[in-house]
Amino acid sequence: MSIQVRNLRKAFGDFVALDDVSLDVPGGELVALLGPSGSGKTTLLRIIAGLEPADQGTILFHGEDATTQPVRERQVGFVFQHYALFRHMSVFENIAFGLRVRPRAVRPSEEEIRDTVMGLLKLVQLDVLARRRPSELSGGQRQRVALARALAVKPKVLLLDEPFGALDAKVRKELRRWLRRLHEEVHVTSVFVTHDQEEALEVSDRVVIMNEGKVEQSGTPEEVYDRPATPFVYGFLGDVNLFHGRIHRGRVDIGNGEFDAPGWADATDQAGVAYVRTYDVELGPAPSGPSSLAAVVRHVRAFGPMVRLELDLVEGGRSIEAHVSRERFDAAALAKGRQVYVSPTNVRVFAQPTDRAG
Amino acid sequence: MRRTSRSVLPGFGLSLGITCTYLSLMVLLPLATVFTRSADLSWADFWGTISNPRVVASYRVTFGASFVAALVNTVFGLLVAWVLVRYRFPGRRIVDAMVDLPFALPTAVAGIALTTLYTPNGWVGQYLEPFGIKVSYTWLGITVALVFIGLPFVVRTVQPVLDDLEVEVEEAAASLGARRSQTFLRVVLPTVAPALLTGFALAFARAIGEYGSVVFISGNMPMKTEIVPLLIITKLEQYDYAGATAVALVMLLVSFVLLLTINLLQWAARRRVEA
Amino acid sequence: MATVAVPRPATTAPRAITRATGESPAVRWTLTAIALAFLAFTLVLPLVLVFHEALSKGIEAYLAAIREPDALSAAKLTLLIASIAVPINLVFGISAAWCIAKFEFRGKNLLITLIDLPFAVSPVISGMIFVLLFGMHGWFGGWLFDHDVKIIFAVPGMVLATTFITSPFIARELIPLMQEQGTEEEEAAIVLGAGGWQTFWRVTLPNIKWGLLYGLILCNARAMGEFGAVSVVSGHIRGETNTLPLHVEILYNEYAFAASFAVASVLTLLAFVTLALKTLVEWQQRRAEAEDTEDVPPAERIAA
Repeated sequence: MSIQVRNLRKAFGDFVALDDVSLDVPGGELVALLGPSGSGKTTLLRIIAGLEPADQGTILFHGEDATTQPVRERQVGFVFQHYALFRHMSVFENIAFGLRVRPRAVRPSEEEIRDTVMGLLKLVQLDVLARRRPSELSGGQRQRVALARALAVKPKVLLLDEPFGALDAKVRKELRRWLRRLHEEVHVTSVFVTHDQEEALEVSDRVVIMNEGKVEQSGTPEEVYDRPATPFVYGFLGDVNLFHGRIHRGRVDIGNGEFDAPGWADATDQAGVAYVRTYDVELGPAPSGPSSLAAVVRHVRAFGPMVRLELDLVEGGRSIEAHVSRERFDAAALAKGRQVYVSPTNVRVFAQPTDRAG
Repeated sequence: MRRTSRSVLPGFGLSLGITCTYLSLMVLLPLATVFTRSADLSWADFWGTISNPRVVASYRVTFGASFVAALVNTVFGLLVAWVLVRYRFPGRRIVDAMVDLPFALPTAVAGIALTTLYTPNGWVGQYLEPFGIKVSYTWLGITVALVFIGLPFVVRTVQPVLDDLEVEVEEAAASLGARRSQTFLRVVLPTVAPALLTGFALAFARAIGEYGSVVFISGNMPMKTEIVPLLIITKLEQYDYAGATAVALVMLLVSFVLLLTINLLQWAARRRVEA
Repeated sequence: MATVAVPRPATTAPRAITRATGESPAVRWTLTAIALAFLAFTLVLPLVLVFHEALSKGIEAYLAAIREPDALSAAKLTLLIASIAVPINLVFGISAAWCIAKFEFRGKNLLITLIDLPFAVSPVISGMIFVLLFGMHGWFGGWLFDHDVKIIFAVPGMVLATTFITSPFIARELIPLMQEQGTEEEEAAIVLGAGGWQTFWRVTLPNIKWGLLYGLILCNARAMGEFGAVSVVSGHIRGETNTLPLHVEILYNEYAFAASFAVASVLTLLAFVTLALKTLVEWQQRRAEAEDTEDVPPAERIAA
C-alpha cells in the first residue's frame, strides 16, 4: 500500500517540527527517513502512524485520505526504539495481543491465533522463546518480538522508529541485514527512521534526507550519495572538506588556490562553498596543476584498509582530512612531517547558503 | 568494632550502638511485655479470653470494616491517582497536596468532624435519614471513618507506578487495534496491580489499629460497633491486664504478618522492575 | 567556589499522553469529576464542618475556647511532648540511617524491619505496652511506686508513648535517601583528611537536608496529633495530662461542641501548615534532584 504525504505542517509551540513536507512512498518499498536530531523525521513517522495529529496537510494511504483516522483503524504496525513490549505478558501473548483485542466478530479462533503467532516466531527465529518474559530476552531478541507483534495484525504499512538505536553496534549490524531479508520475504511497505547514514544507505530502497523540518532530497541510496542535491546532503553523507571562496567564470578561488567549478561557467564573483570528499584527493610529491595545495602531514591513523591523514595547509592556516588506500599510502611513502601536494579530483561547488551557517 | 567489610568511614560502632540500644529499650522491650504477659495466662484462659463472644464480635467489626474500607480506597484511590497523574485541571497541585490530609490531621479531629457530619441532623446525615440509612453509631460509620484514614495509602502507592508507565506501551496497544478500555484492562491494570495490592494492604493495616477517628462515630456498643482498640482500653481500665494483652497479642500477630506481606510485595515489585 | 547552574524548576505536569491514544474528553471530564467529588466529600466536607462548628457560637466564644486555661495548658503539653520526642527520634533516625546506609553487615534487613515495627502497631497497643511496663501492675510498677516516680498517668509516660509511635518517621525517610546517595562523597572527604564529624556536617548533612526536613515535619505532625496512644497513658487529668487532641475529646464528651471544634480548628490549621511545608520541601527536593542529574552545558554555568 502506498503512502502519500502532502504539505504536512506540525509545530510544538514555537518550534516548527515539520514545514510543508511532501513525500511519496511507493507500495512495497523500504524507505529510510534519515536526518540529524530535530530534523522532524520521528514526528513525521508518528503522524503517519496516527500517534500525533498534524496541524495542516494530508496523509493518503493508497489514495484514500487517512488524515483524521484514529491510529487503531489505520492498520499500521509500529515498532518503537525501546520496544514497548508488554512486560507482564509472555512473548507469545505479546505477539497475540493484536489478534486477541479484535472485536468478537472478526476475532480469529485460539487455534488460528496460535498458528499465526508460532509462524511469526519462526519467521523471526525465536520460536523456542515463546513462553519467556521480555525481561529474560536480550535487546536484539526483544526488538524481533516487537517486530513480530507488529506484523501479527497484517499491517498495510510498517513503521519503525530508530528500531536499532538502543542496541550495540554489532547487534545493530546483524539486525539491519536481517530486516532487509525480512522485508524481501514479507514485502510490506515500510518506513524507518534513523540518524545512522550507513544504516539508511545499506538497507533501504529509497532514502529521504530531512533537516530542520524539510525534505532535503529523496532518492535511491546511489542517487543521494553520488548526486547530492544540496550542501546539507553533501555534508551529511560521508566525510567532507569545506572551502569557502568566490566563484568566477567556472573557477572558485579559495584564497590560497583555485579549483575548477564545473557548472558555474557564467558565475561572476559569487560567494560559494567548495566540497571535496576526503577520498577524492590525490597526494603527490609535486603539484599536478593549479588546483594543488601544499600541505604538511600532521597526523596519520593507519588501521584498516583506509589510512586517515590530517594535513596542515602551508598557506591558509587550516587543516584538511584525506582518506587514501593502504597501497597508495605505502607507495607514496607518506609519514608525519612530510610535505605533500594535495589535489582534489572531484569538487562540488554550491552557492553560499544565505540562511544557514556554513 | 564488628565490621563485615573494612570501611573507611568512621562512626559505625557509635551509630549501630545507638540504634540497637534505642530499638531494644524503646521498641523491643515494651513490645516484649505483650508476649510475656500473655504467657502468664494458661492456654485455656488465653483461648477463653479471645473466643469470648464480645471479643470475637469486636474482631469481626474491626477486620470487617477495615476490609471494606480498604477495598473502597483501592477503587477510588486508583481513580484519584489516575486523574492526578494523567489529567490537567485547575488546582491540580492543591488537590494533590490535600490527599495527604489524613496523614497530617490528628485522628481525634477527624473523628468528631465525621461524627457531626453523619448524625441524623448533620450535614450529610439529614439526607440519608429519610431513606433509613443510619451512619453514626453503626458499622457503616466505622467504615466511613476508615475510608478517610486509608485514602492516602492507596493513592501514594499507585501514583509513582502510574507516573513511570511508558506512554509507548499504550501507544503500541493502540496501534495494534486495542480500544482504550481494552488497553486499560489488559495493559495498564496488570502493571499497576502489585501497587494496588500493596496500597490495599497498607490501608488495611492502618485501619485495623485505628482508634481516634473511629471511636466517636462508632458509638461503641459491645457486640455491635465495638472496635478492638476500644475493647483493649476498656479491659485496661478494668485492670484486666491479662485480657487486654491476650486481645492485643492477636492484633499484633496479624499486624506483623501484614507488615511482612507488604515488605515482600514491595521487594517482589522491585525485582520485577529491575529485570 | 560553587557554580550555580541556570535553575530549571522541576516539572510536576502530567506526562503528555497524546490525544491520539488517550481517552476521549468526555471520559476524562467524567472521571475527573467523580474523583474530585469523592475527594470533596471525603476530605473537604469534614474540614469545612470543623470551622463552621468552631465559629457557630461567634468569634468571641471561639477565642475564649482557645484562650481558656485548660486549653492553653493542653497546648503547652502538646508542644512539650513534641519538643522531646522529635529530637530523640532525630538522633535515632540519623544513627540508624548512617549505619544502615553506609556500611554492610549481617542482619541489616532485620534491623530495617525492626525499625518499621512501630508503624505496624496500633496506637492503643502502643500505649498499652508502656502501661504494662510502668503501670501499677507493670514490670517496674512496684519499683516506681516505692520511689514515688510517676510515669503512667503522667507526662513521662506520654512522652514515651509518643516517642515510640513516631520513631520510624525520620529513619524511614533518611535510609533510602542515604542509600541512594552512596558512600563516595564521604569516602572522598575522608581521603582528603576530614574527620568523622566534619564529614557528617559538611558532606552528608547538606545532601540529606531536604529529606531530613521532610521527616521532621511528618514526625512533628504525628507527635502533636497523636491521640490513641497518649489517651491510654494519660489518665485524662485536666490541666495536667491533657494534650490538645485529648482536650478536644474531653470537650466533645461534655457536649461543649463549639469549644471542642474550636480547639480542633487549631489542630486543623496546624495540619494545613504541615501540608504546606511538606509540599514546599518536596518541591525543593525535586529541584535539587533535577539540578544534580542535568547536564548543564558549561556556557550556562554561572560562577557563584
